Amino acid sequence: MAARGVKSPYRQGVLDALPFLAVVGPFGLLFGVVSREAGLTIFESLSFSVVVIAGAAQFTALQLMSDHAPTLVAVASALAINLRMAMYSASMTPHLGHLPLWKRCFVAYFLVDQTYALGALNFERSPWSAAEKFRYFMGTVTPVCFPWYISTLIGAWAGSAIPTDFGLDFAVPIAFLAMVGPMLRTPAHMAAAFTGAVVALLAAGLPFNLGLIVGGLAGMIAGAQVEQRMEREEEPA
Amino acid sequence: MNGNEIATSTLWIVIFGLGIGSFALRIVFLGLIGDRALPPWVLRHLRYTAAAILPALVAPLVVWPAATDGEPDPVRLFAALATFAVAFSFRNVLAAMITGAATLGFGLWLFS
Repeated sequence: MAARGVKSPYRQGVLDALPFLAVVGPFGLLFGVVSREAGLTIFESLSFSVVVIAGAAQFTALQLMSDHAPTLVAVASALAINLRMAMYSASMTPHLGHLPLWKRCFVAYFLVDQTYALGALNFERSPWSAAEKFRYFMGTVTPVCFPWYISTLIGAWAGSAIPTDFGLDFAVPIAFLAMVGPMLRTPAHMAAAFTGAVVALLAAGLPFNLGLIVGGLAGMIAGAQVEQRMEREEEPA
Repeated sequence: MNGNEIATSTLWIVIFGLGIGSFALRIVFLGLIGDRALPPWVLRHLRYTAAAILPALVAPLVVWPAATDGEPDPVRLFAALATFAVAFSFRNVLAAMITGAATLGFGLWLFS
């Protein structure tokens, strides 16, 4: 993270989120290309990214539609992948719940993995008010969400002229691992991360990507347990 | 329209169904709870949401990469370890992303 201080929360958010351009840009291009190959028009591709704004879920829905899965199955499977967004929503509530409803609606619409992770990484330690946290959040939205639309549009327009095999599949894991490292400030955070990863692997066989939710919940419980235990130890005997 | 294409009506139902559903998932707590105080035990769990769910999201992608059809891949595994090591040791997101991308690129070039 860049040094704090004189920068406004919005600018800080933009700067912190800039590296994600390297992930979002190619990922959006890929969605544009793949959706055109599936027979969507340019307008339909762009609408998909603007209305849904969730990469993994969009790819899943597109794949299922191409396989002629029932409409309900396509929607439900993609929504299951987005279940984690409800956990993001809960996690942001202590920080942004004081905002007026229209601002909370903005936050909700733009609540994607990258903007959430940056918020989670910065809000807990920051002295910011809810209004300043909102400005920081909108800062992170700027180089993440808008490039998502634009790169989808470029991908849909350029179509198969764009090569799509350059190790892009692994950009998402690398980006998230890079963000997880700095989050592990305490033994409780480490317990949460370790438990989350291990349980998600063990539960990977569950249908509808539910292993992710089970792993996430298990990790949250582990973190809370460790925190509580450490607090008890700190209390004078 | 031939048999392979996605019907236009299906497509728009999926786009809006998924869009509305995703927004509902994103607004549910922010909108309903708002500024009401949450009990301490809930807050205690929420503090670990990001630290728990991002590793849960990443772990299967690292161990069973889509690009190798789910076969564990030493290059990707090593790139993931390098990324995490730098992120954890130096608390620098950008340096970690660059390390990971460079390790992956070099590894794929070396073994292709």
